[in-house]
Amino acid sequence: MAEGAGELAELLEVILAQYHYDFRGYSLASLRRRVSQAMERMGHRSIAELTRAVAESPRVFARLLDFVTVPYSDMFRDASYFLALRQLVLPVLATYPSLKVWIAGCSTGEEVYSLAIVLAEQGLLERTVIYATDIHPGSLSRASAGIYKLDRVRQFSQNYLAAGGTGSLADYYRAAHGSVVFDRALTKRIVFTDHSLATDSVFAEVQLVSCRNVLIYFNSTLQNRALALFRDALCRRGFLGLGSRETLRFSGVAPDFDTVDAEARIYQRRP
Amino acid sequence: MGRALDAARAKEVGLVAIGGSAGALPVVKLLLRGLGSPHMPPIVVVIHVREDRPTLLADVLSRATALQVRVAEDKEPLERGGVFVAPPGYHMLIESGGTVALSTEEPVNFSRPSIDVAFESLAVAYGARALGVLLSGASQDGAAGLAAIARAGGSVLVQDPITAEHPTMPSAGLEREPSALSQAPEELAAALRVVEAAAPHGGRSSHD
Repeated sequence: MAEGAGELAELLEVILAQYHYDFRGYSLASLRRRVSQAMERMGHRSIAELTRAVAESPRVFARLLDFVTVPYSDMFRDASYFLALRQLVLPVLATYPSLKVWIAGCSTGEEVYSLAIVLAEQGLLERTVIYATDIHPGSLSRASAGIYKLDRVRQFSQNYLAAGGTGSLADYYRAAHGSVVFDRALTKRIVFTDHSLATDSVFAEVQLVSCRNVLIYFNSTLQNRALALFRDALCRRGFLGLGSRETLRFSGVAPDFDTVDAEARIYQRRP
Repeated sequence: MGRALDAARAKEVGLVAIGGSAGALPVVKLLLRGLGSPHMPPIVVVIHVREDRPTLLADVLSRATALQVRVAEDKEPLERGGVFVAPPGYHMLIESGGTVALSTEEPVNFSRPSIDVAFESLAVAYGARALGVLLSGASQDGAAGLAAIARAGGSVLVQDPITAEHPTMPSAGLEREPSALSQAPEELAAALRVVEAAAPHGGRSSHD
């Protein structure tokens, strides 16, 4: 067993017992790295010392949580995913009178607004409710505010165009005080709510689940749990979208899905 | 550490990580060209690539070697006889169980994938069974990771800076880890052939 693995396991047990966040199913290699970074920035010399501090102080835990949950920070990341959604998925979703979309692990919301914009441009936003879930309350509140720094917008705009954007990203926000604020027309279709893929259950039947670059932080067991949730949440022939290097190939739910676009990582639930 | 990779040490190698940047590609091709056994320990290749476009690296390397080259996917088992290329825009980490763990965290040393991230996780996961090779490049990425592998008891090789198109990276590696062996590309290739020849032949587990 890798050195320090016992200490890391102890930290996760304390977090679970005291704060009810379950990180035991996270991929250890990347979790260990983020915990090391947290220790360095927060001034703890050992995992044991960090564990004691976390046990004693919710404020310390809140800071650690910021390090442990990875902020997802791009709009329209992987143009080919959004192009495939526009070409292969949304035309099918257009046949439904009303739509529910689940963005699992939404972090600070960039992915959510990206999807909302794509739906809007295909004339589907008005009939859609988007559920955006995450375990981190701070991320959820930032996501629901829809405010991003202006210096990030140029890259977002480039990504938007590469992803098949039919207008201009600026059509969807107004600038204020060095930031941009996304329009109410988008945010009012989105329900931001906390939900843990490690411990919670299916909460709605949806036509599309988009969960990209979240499963990479889970170990295989937790990944399988999350994928089973997605399968169970999806209506028959509903769609699942994963991150560009994520795959169903090594998971237990592979037999439950057909591949719609292997390169874009889009799958469809078998009836 | 600091001594040639003799047969005894070569036999212990469980995973090889090769890192490089500008000027490294021809050297990686040379290193892989002489290899082809399905018993060769898995090789992880981290070359700095632009994030915003797909990489042709796996295709190029495929043509240079009989080993099975692919761009790594998350949770992929790191199998013997395989070469796993870090995908653009992701850090590649190695789990103790011998699988790939990808991450979209911030660039490290301005790079994603970062060689430090891969080497550091290799040091934790494989310890004395790790072999790290640092090649030509224009940044210092990989130096800290190389030192981590050495500290964990693993073997560390560096391309002789004199032979490198961009000596910054291997020089930084040697400065950070003076015990690393500095070798010309042909010698590095020979070292990997020794690892392949020494590899146990019974069974194909990814982490024995």
